[in-house]
Amino acid sequence: MDLRLAHLYPDLMNIYGDKGNVIALAQRARWRGIEVEVRPYSLGEWTDADWPDVWFFGGGQDQGQDLVGADLAGKNGAALKRSVEAGAAIFSVCGGYQLLGHEYVPESGPAIPGVGILDVATRAGKKRFVGNLLAESAGGQLIGFENHSGRTYLGSAAKPLGTVIVGNGNNGEDKTEGAVQGKVIGCYLHGSCLPKNPWLADQLLAWALARRNTDVKLKVLDDSDEAFARTQAVEVARTRP
Amino acid sequence: MADALAILANAAAKLTREGLRVSGRGATALPGLVALTVDPDFIGALSSSLPHGVICVSGTNGKTTTARMLADMTRTAGWDPIHNRSGSNLDRGVASALVAETNWSAEPSGDLGLFEIDEASLPGAVGKLKPRVVVITNLFRDQMDRYFELDTLAKRIGDALASLDPNTKLVLNADDPLVANLAVRREANTVFFGIDDPDVGSSLPQAISDATRCPRCRSPLVYRRVVLAHEGDWSCRSCGLARPRRDVAATKVVLAEGSTELELAGTVGSVFERARVPIPGLYNAYNALAALAAARALDIGLADALRALASFRPAFGRLETVDFKGRQLRLVLVKNPAGFNAATSALLETGRHPRLVAALNDRDADGRDVSWIWDADFESLAPAVEHAVITGVRSGDLALRFKYAGLAKEKLELVSAPAAAIERAVALSPDRTELVVLATYTAMLALRDALAKSGAVVPFWED
Ligand SMILES: [Zn+2]
Repeated sequence: MDLRLAHLYPDLMNIYGDKGNVIALAQRARWRGIEVEVRPYSLGEWTDADWPDVWFFGGGQDQGQDLVGADLAGKNGAALKRSVEAGAAIFSVCGGYQLLGHEYVPESGPAIPGVGILDVATRAGKKRFVGNLLAESAGGQLIGFENHSGRTYLGSAAKPLGTVIVGNGNNGEDKTEGAVQGKVIGCYLHGSCLPKNPWLADQLLAWALARRNTDVKLKVLDDSDEAFARTQAVEVARTRP
Repeated sequence: MADALAILANAAAKLTREGLRVSGRGATALPGLVALTVDPDFIGALSSSLPHGVICVSGTNGKTTTARMLADMTRTAGWDPIHNRSGSNLDRGVASALVAETNWSAEPSGDLGLFEIDEASLPGAVGKLKPRVVVITNLFRDQMDRYFELDTLAKRIGDALASLDPNTKLVLNADDPLVANLAVRREANTVFFGIDDPDVGSSLPQAISDATRCPRCRSPLVYRRVVLAHEGDWSCRSCGLARPRRDVAATKVVLAEGSTELELAGTVGSVFERARVPIPGLYNAYNALAALAAARALDIGLADALRALASFRPAFGRLETVDFKGRQLRLVLVKNPAGFNAATSALLETGRHPRLVAALNDRDADGRDVSWIWDADFESLAPAVEHAVITGVRSGDLALRFKYAGLAKEKLELVSAPAAAIERAVALSPDRTELVVLATYTAMLALRDALAKSGAVVPFWED
């Protein structure tokens, strides 16, 4: 078995340690004896959009996000959509999450269209949400650090990834954090997210490997270090939100 | 002579300072806060009375070292700088430094203000301080839970510099595209520094590349040579923006374990001098070049500047060494990916296998978001590590970072108390070996306290 991992716009969307998510997916596959190849997908036309089993799409600075938005408005956005329809998974954080939605409405000026893979929409908010974020999810607790001014609202096709316990989450109003739709996940968790939320990493690995394999059973790993880091981070979130 | 309000503000702050001293608490930013509360223009009022004017040293990494080098140079030249050496280098720190160096009539005891200014505070600070020289070492990502995104920050700094008096001199890193581009429209009054040694650096930008796009047209930059992170010999094929001329350049850099030799060339033409920088690492070569370029902007003689540099001593946590139980502890302060990579590549330059104590905290002074460790290049460090003892409020995150970078489980230990972490690392190290302590700001303070309590001779912390 092998894993094909795509990193979307690693030169433009690589803020707040989001790269750690790629490292986590790759290492947790390798530790199970699965071979891993990571390929970057950046500006310019992609010729092999049907290659990846799983895409990672991180956050970016405002100007990087403009360039990426323009790039995804063309053939690459359509290719990404086809890849998901053909069974690939996506994990997206912050700016990447917003760009996978229908649109981003800035404070002034026209709305910027997104790829529309996730049934969510985002508008600019005044106050930036910065701090530790703890949420309860069906698969387990989610712990990370949020840092965004966008307010994201879910449509009916997208389900919240978690319910906020500490922090603001999607919009600071409805207590939701992140979105799941099929094998596509978006969230506001930096941290990096996946090393400290290994259950979510393994969920993504299982989805990714299922694209070209039947009967995917992931070996159980020793996650005692991850458990310790989670306990520590949850304690910090609860005492210093 | 300062105005009445400034004198009042100064007196109130001095009383606060005395109060803190009597109650046994050291120098803090509190007197500065008091002065600024009484007179919001306190900094401007006092700094305008300094005969040699004000120098601001800013940038993400290296400003403390650069400012300290420059302070030594100005002293060798016979000046008497007032220097804010505290880590709290915002308005309050500057105000506190002024309060500490004035009499009760608010007359400064020095003749030059040498202020380290946090890069996020720089746009506001230059308006108040009206500096004659502004030095910017580099711009990297740093603690963005508090600050701005890097592009936005560079733009704000550029706007603030553009509004300064036309005679203000800028001292800028030619090798950092974001910094070099801050000279727009002010090239004539800018002293650029850089590293021109063809043998230093590789051909590809390193993993964390904040500025691999052109600051003018946003096309990808081309590098003939990358020295550190995004610093190097860069150009833009699309709009033609390129690394500016170097007025102070190192044409040869010889790195050794504890020091660096630089061969200097400048636009002065026939001047080729050697500089000895008594602290290791390429990033300290940049700091030395920044200080030398600033000395030139101040018309300080090169001989004075080089003499001051040769006897330089590093500050707290900047590769300072401490003897402890027969081991040599090398203390290295880390706070962002670029600083971490620079520090660790300096450790690895001489082919060493470091024995580590690594400590990660997430207090305000450290940056509350510890995500940055995932942008730092632990992948280069991990294979060389002999063993690592991990501690700090967020030791769990740091241990995970080492684990995912491939450090074997048996080489990694978590110890929660700082004192116990150092003891454990000492126990793991043979006599007379070196132990490298990598820590964020408040974690380093805790480790230093622990060292002092167990009897180590820790130099007085004046930083
Ligand atoms: Zn350009």
